[in-house]
Amino acid sequence: MEEEGRVPGPPLPTGGEGPGIDSHLAAGILGTARGPPLAAAEVLALDDEEDDLEVFSKDTSLTEVNSFSPSVPISPSSMINQYKFEDGPELRDLFITVDDPESHVTAIETFITYRVVTKTTRGEFDSSEYEVRRRYQDFLWLKSKLEEAHPTLIIPPLPEKFIMKGMVERFSDEFIETRRKALHKFLNRIADHPTLTFNEDFKIFLTAQAWELSSHKKQGPGLLSRMGQTVRAVASSVRGAVKNRPEIFTEMNNYMETFSQKINLLDKIAHRIYKEEKDYFNEMKEYGPIHTLWSASEEDIADSLKGIASCIERCCRATEKRMAGLSEHLLPILHEYVLYSEILMSVLKRRDQIQGELDSKVDAIANKKAEKYLFSEEIGKLEDKVERANNALKADWDRWKQNMQWDMRSTFTNVAENNLHYYEE
Amino acid sequence: MEDCLAKKLEITVSEAEKRTGRNAVNIQETYTAYLIETRAVESQSEGQCAPVESLWRRYSEFELLRNYLSVTYPHIVVPPLPEKRADFVWHKLSADNMDPDFVERRRIGLENFLLRVASHPVLCQDKIFYAFLMQEGGWKEMVNETGFQLKADSRLKALNATFRVKNPDKRFTELKHYSDELQSVISHLLRVRARVADRLYGVYKVHGNYGRVFSEWSAIEKEMGDGLQSAGHHMDVYAASIDDILEEEEHYADQLKEYLFYAEALRAVCRKHELMQYDLEMAAQDLTSKKQQCEELATGTVRTFSLKGMTSKLFGQETPEQREAKIKVLEEQIQEGEEQLKSKNLEGRDFVKSAWADIERFKEQKNHDLKEALISYAVMQISMCKKGIQVWTNAKECFSKM
Repeated sequence: MEEEGRVPGPPLPTGGEGPGIDSHLAAGILGTARGPPLAAAEVLALDDEEDDLEVFSKDTSLTEVNSFSPSVPISPSSMINQYKFEDGPELRDLFITVDDPESHVTAIETFITYRVVTKTTRGEFDSSEYEVRRRYQDFLWLKSKLEEAHPTLIIPPLPEKFIMKGMVERFSDEFIETRRKALHKFLNRIADHPTLTFNEDFKIFLTAQAWELSSHKKQGPGLLSRMGQTVRAVASSVRGAVKNRPEIFTEMNNYMETFSQKINLLDKIAHRIYKEEKDYFNEMKEYGPIHTLWSASEEDIADSLKGIASCIERCCRATEKRMAGLSEHLLPILHEYVLYSEILMSVLKRRDQIQGELDSKVDAIANKKAEKYLFSEEIGKLEDKVERANNALKADWDRWKQNMQWDMRSTFTNVAENNLHYYEE
Repeated sequence: MEDCLAKKLEITVSEAEKRTGRNAVNIQETYTAYLIETRAVESQSEGQCAPVESLWRRYSEFELLRNYLSVTYPHIVVPPLPEKRADFVWHKLSADNMDPDFVERRRIGLENFLLRVASHPVLCQDKIFYAFLMQEGGWKEMVNETGFQLKADSRLKALNATFRVKNPDKRFTELKHYSDELQSVISHLLRVRARVADRLYGVYKVHGNYGRVFSEWSAIEKEMGDGLQSAGHHMDVYAASIDDILEEEEHYADQLKEYLFYAEALRAVCRKHELMQYDLEMAAQDLTSKKQQCEELATGTVRTFSLKGMTSKLFGQETPEQREAKIKVLEEQIQEGEEQLKSKNLEGRDFVKSAWADIERFKEQKNHDLKEALISYAVMQISMCKKGIQVWTNAKECFSKM
């Protein structure tokens, strides 16, 4: 279950601790009790990595490697897949589609399931094709598992449960389609993520049959532990801003605040434009036929009038296309990034949390010099944990930003193109 | 058209000015005065610039002129004035008569009116019209002396009265229908156009918000910053471009409005004809009944039931002298009536002839003008699209550099 150790970037602390124990500790941070057999599976993979990484010194500032670094030596073939680039579909080996929504009616409730089809060439998957049905709750579950496992990685957003603003009925076709597209995006983003893609829960999500999945779900950390986490989160936020926050994360925080503001504005603007265009379209629909009506009472200018009427009709169609372009491309992306900005804020908070723990321990020690040596180990571990969290976040952040840039670029270019086509017509 | 005033005289309404003064009921008010400038054309070919004559007139004087013309030439489709109050406005345009844009558009409309009258073969020869252009003082008195006001009142009444004509002229009936249709379709079109303009304005202006947010956003970005900033600039350009576009469209709307009002003038001519026809029919009917009465009295037979017949039966017949007297009166009336009928018939035929000639002229003018207006509208739309293409091509470039 613990994937953290397999990220090639952040080096494992070379305090001589075994990777197995480390992962156990890492798991312990979250207060979860993972079954030993899973850790054992980790050990195998981690062993390889540890060998490779021993060459790195503890000076992490030099070795802050993000996921794209080609300098990490190549190990067993399964690792190669971790170094794929976002923009290179040729290197992808996991293809997921979400489609075919279907309604299920039971005695207690009605819900929608979506078909999730996976095609892969990866070794660890038993077969190369999978087809399962999942409902929204399952997606929620997957997301929370990923968040637990990687508190400082950026987990892609899920579509919301309800959309209050539009008062869209839960089972309207439009709503279902929007949700389906968002779910599809969600899974693909996970698949593209160098770390998350190897998450065990993810694999199970993609491959397990319905009954397998529900039994697996029950295994996970109980509600209590998750509550404990929440309590800690609240406590640490009450404590206020973390003292020793590295500069870079403060920058990130500031950036995120502004970004979140701007992206929300953009989302509103885009919706407003869509609405205005819709109104415009409605008026235009009436405008054209008037000219045709007029041409009926005229002789000489009848042709010109009819000509104008048909041009107006074409404008109408072009407007429709433009609107469709907006709603298919721009609006969903902006919305996704609105959600992303929320996620990022909480990721930063979590990082702060972790750091907070470290700091509080350090403070505690300062007052108990005698027991310092006892704590030093713990501190060391915590420090490393913070370190790892930081690096994971940094790496992912850069990756996310690149993605965002690319997305924005392509989206807006798309909008521009659509507008071009509109005017050309 | 050779005698057309427009060929001899250059007419412009060049300025508009706000004035305050006392009006007819001696209350202080603000109004706009328009400067009419005229200059003789002929002397220009000799290389000399003829002197420019000018005088100021206000809208109410234009109205007076038009009323006079409509009454004096009922068979002519008299050019309409620009609207008194701003109609068919969309939200950005103000409905205020003092608004500079409105005043400007009205100035153009008034100039157009004068040019149309001046180029009309019949109307341009009118002395009152000439005096309107040239004689500042005493013009109003001159108009009133023509006594057209009396005719104006009766005409107004007649236009609004309802009556049935037994043998309507098909052509005029069709024309009346046409003018009704034209009125209704153009006003519908103008209404919808105003709404479309409103919406289009909205779409463009909201894009302006993009500009603002992009520029704010670019402040926190490193690589994307430049692209965003310049894209934002283009969004601002896009949003601003709509103002000019819609202003141009207003001119198109004004052209359509002219013909909306022209339709009214056309209708008035048709009504006048109807009126004349009705008059004629009434006169003919009157004559017939009088002739009948005469016959009855002369022969003593009562063909139709009449109250007189009844009373005479009840109260005794009248004396032969009385009958003779009555017959004489009737015969005189009949003679008058026949003469009247003749002249009315003549009048009617003349009216139809000249009216129809003017209607033909009007039709040609209308077709020509409307076609031009529609073409210019299409050209406007094309130019709007070209601008759009330019802006979005630039924006696209900026985006791809992000």
